[in-house]
Amino acid sequence: MSHSATMNAGETGKLEFLVPGEHHVPNGTLLGFWMYLMSDCLIFAALFATYGVLSQSFAGGPTGGDLFDLQLVALNTAFLLFSSITYGFAMLQMQQNKKMGTLVWLAITGLLGAAFLGVELYEFYHMIHQGAGPQRSAFLSSFFTLVGTHGLHVTFGLIWLITLLVQVNKHGLIAANRRRLFCLSMFWHFLDVIWIGVFTFVYLMGSMT
Amino acid sequence: MSEHSLHDTNHHDHHEEEAPHASFSGYMIGFLASVFLTAIPFVLVMGDVFSSDGVTSLIILAFAAVQIVVHMVYFLHMNFHSEGGWNMLSLLFTAVLLFITLFGSLWVMYNMNVNMMPGMM
Repeated sequence: MSHSATMNAGETGKLEFLVPGEHHVPNGTLLGFWMYLMSDCLIFAALFATYGVLSQSFAGGPTGGDLFDLQLVALNTAFLLFSSITYGFAMLQMQQNKKMGTLVWLAITGLLGAAFLGVELYEFYHMIHQGAGPQRSAFLSSFFTLVGTHGLHVTFGLIWLITLLVQVNKHGLIAANRRRLFCLSMFWHFLDVIWIGVFTFVYLMGSMT
Repeated sequence: MSEHSLHDTNHHDHHEEEAPHASFSGYMIGFLASVFLTAIPFVLVMGDVFSSDGVTSLIILAFAAVQIVVHMVYFLHMNFHSEGGWNMLSLLFTAVLLFITLFGSLWVMYNMNVNMMPGMM
């Protein structure tokens, strides 16, 4: 295939990256991105399993019941849930070809995501300050790894979101940007799905210990 | 790059059909259901509604499972015919692996803990 493509380029003098007649797999990117999300899901499965095994190994240190502030967690959950619906609104604006509306709802989503991260970092700082850092017990090591990995995903999602704000602002709602916005929407909603597991399995069940 | 985007805009209508069509009502149903499914577990735990922690755990896990399905359907637009079913197939495959990883680890490690001889701890 690549051979004939190079031949074409040589004859006509201009570069062609797609062999004419060879059809693009429909939805290839979206399906591929879905596969990535599923493999990411397995990373979280391993981290959840680790946390599940170690969640009672307090080593004489503080338990979840001592450490978790459920009001803070509820606030964080609300931030992430609201950011999911605002991203949905951005997608609806995109479907109607409204560039400004898409940008505004994306920016609101980004602010909610940043608020989530801010609260989470405050919580981590507070815990480490109390001497309940990741080195304190196996429970805390697995807690920081699991919740931290989720937070890291949100951070990368935020960087991606800011990049797309610039891209959409500069190039408008072209097909490439629509595809990117759609991939980020899957990523963002996926993070919210993981958070359901985190607040249920880690915080709510942990605070009962 | 510019050639590529030109190519893409030429086939604009074609690309438009690829992404699942989202609707305002769909997002709102998903959102309201999620608020409901999130708030109740928090109330159950923070208000100490049930005296038994085991009962509370089971109920909030059930709520989480339902909410994950709600998110999948209303936010991630999962169904059996998107991407020719490959979406769903990979999701089910992941769910099986997830189940084995989670429950396998918990089961094996619990038994190792229980059967550990005191002298070896």
